[in-house]
Amino acid sequence: MDEVLPRSLIPGVLGVLVRRGADFATAEDAVQDALVEALRVWPVDPPREPKAWLVTVAWRRFLDTARADAARRRREDAVDEEPAPGPVPGADDTLRLYFLCAHPSLTPSSAVALTLRAVGGLTTRQIARAYLVPEATMAQRISRAKRTVSGVRFDQPGDVATVLRVLYLVFNEGYSGDVDLAAEAVRLTRQLAAAIDHPEVAGLLALMLLHHARRASRTTPDGGLVPLAAQDRRRWDTGLIAEGVRILQAALARDRLGEFQAQAAVAALHADAPTAAETDWVQIVEWYDELVRLTDSPVARLNRAVAVGEADGPRAGLAALAALDEALPRHAAVAAYLHERDGDRSTAARLYAEAARRATNLAERDHLIRQAARLNTR
Amino acid sequence: MAKYLLLKHYRGGPTPVTDMPLLDRWTPAEVTAHVRYMKDFAARLEETGEFVDSQALAPEGTFVRYDGEGRPPVTDGPFAETKDLIAGWMVIDVDSHERALDLAAELSAAPGQGGEPIREWLELRPFLTSPPTITE
Repeated sequence: MDEVLPRSLIPGVLGVLVRRGADFATAEDAVQDALVEALRVWPVDPPREPKAWLVTVAWRRFLDTARADAARRRREDAVDEEPAPGPVPGADDTLRLYFLCAHPSLTPSSAVALTLRAVGGLTTRQIARAYLVPEATMAQRISRAKRTVSGVRFDQPGDVATVLRVLYLVFNEGYSGDVDLAAEAVRLTRQLAAAIDHPEVAGLLALMLLHHARRASRTTPDGGLVPLAAQDRRRWDTGLIAEGVRILQAALARDRLGEFQAQAAVAALHADAPTAAETDWVQIVEWYDELVRLTDSPVARLNRAVAVGEADGPRAGLAALAALDEALPRHAAVAAYLHERDGDRSTAARLYAEAARRATNLAERDHLIRQAARLNTR
Repeated sequence: MAKYLLLKHYRGGPTPVTDMPLLDRWTPAEVTAHVRYMKDFAARLEETGEFVDSQALAPEGTFVRYDGEGRPPVTDGPFAETKDLIAGWMVIDVDSHERALDLAAELSAAPGQGGEPIREWLELRPFLTSPPTITE
């Protein structure tokens, strides 16, 4: 059975329980139990109303837990009658759930874990495997996160920016194990975009779609890195690109630029080029200027130096790079690339080797070592 | 969210800052307190959702290498006096480099003789990750 359908109903179901007066932590456990039950029962006995089914099972589970707790505390009259259903749940509940799970009081890793479980409906085991930590560790991370937000009122307004940061983190970590985190991030961002009309939410969704579209071409079958210029553009997903561009254009038309829209604009210009040589680097530099203005991020400045190197030649790129801190991640890799394009192969080889030593991920390190080796063995 | 290896060296790191005799020269109560500190530390990390793995290694190992098609592996050692000797490791998954440093320092404060922190040098090594999706 498709696991995504029941998982897509999770925010709404959890919203109903919380509105009926359930505390978030217990309700979240009850919904997770109902989801596990659904995945077991639905393939043989599909419900007519999937969401109502989940609400009924989750609410029953919640009452069982609450009654057991109450009995333990000898307060059996505390929770017994089913309260009247609250206001009709919908987009608002979904949105509030995102805010709660990305609450600023949570560390990034806790917010990510809680979002994947309470909004995404993934099991603790799936999340643990995706992040390569023991299940017990992930269970603790999630229950601590729930405790941290237990005092936060569900209907309290939140900050979209914190939610976007969490979703970006999930997407950017790629995937390992049996859960495709990038695809899950796209799904959760789509769901968020349906719940709130916000240009940066649209910008992040566009950014994800435009990068997701290139996924098949980004690695060799054995996991090696294929740089953008060398990717087989026929393998890019034109449907996702068209959707990403359409969403981005609608967002930009509202004239409330933000960092995700600017990043998506860069991705759209790459997606738009039939060949690497036809890339509109001049426009890309302009978008990086916007990004630097919006974020003042050193990473944006570094990427801008690459774009300047393509637009105005390697010397100009190196001049832009000279103003940046050499300790920046990927600084040496960018310098190596620009020096090679400038014809200085020995400096490039030395810098590629240095970049490989400083790489923070395996695929990039191997790629940089091959670049150094290519220059050293000719 | 980054994983780090905390490597415990018997020998081979910087010069120790405390003059620590081998554990078999401590009192049994001191050994018990030391071992309990390690266990409690790991349990606390599990509680905070930062624990990944912890293993101890036997002090003596064997060097092994390939010796050609159809030939048995060649072994060498053990060498009692090798310069570098690794006692074990712990793997943590934390939100920042600062947090990793703090935890390493905390582990290094395990009690030794007289209950004083042993202040052993721990080597902190970041794991290489999977590549990020968005790079440009």
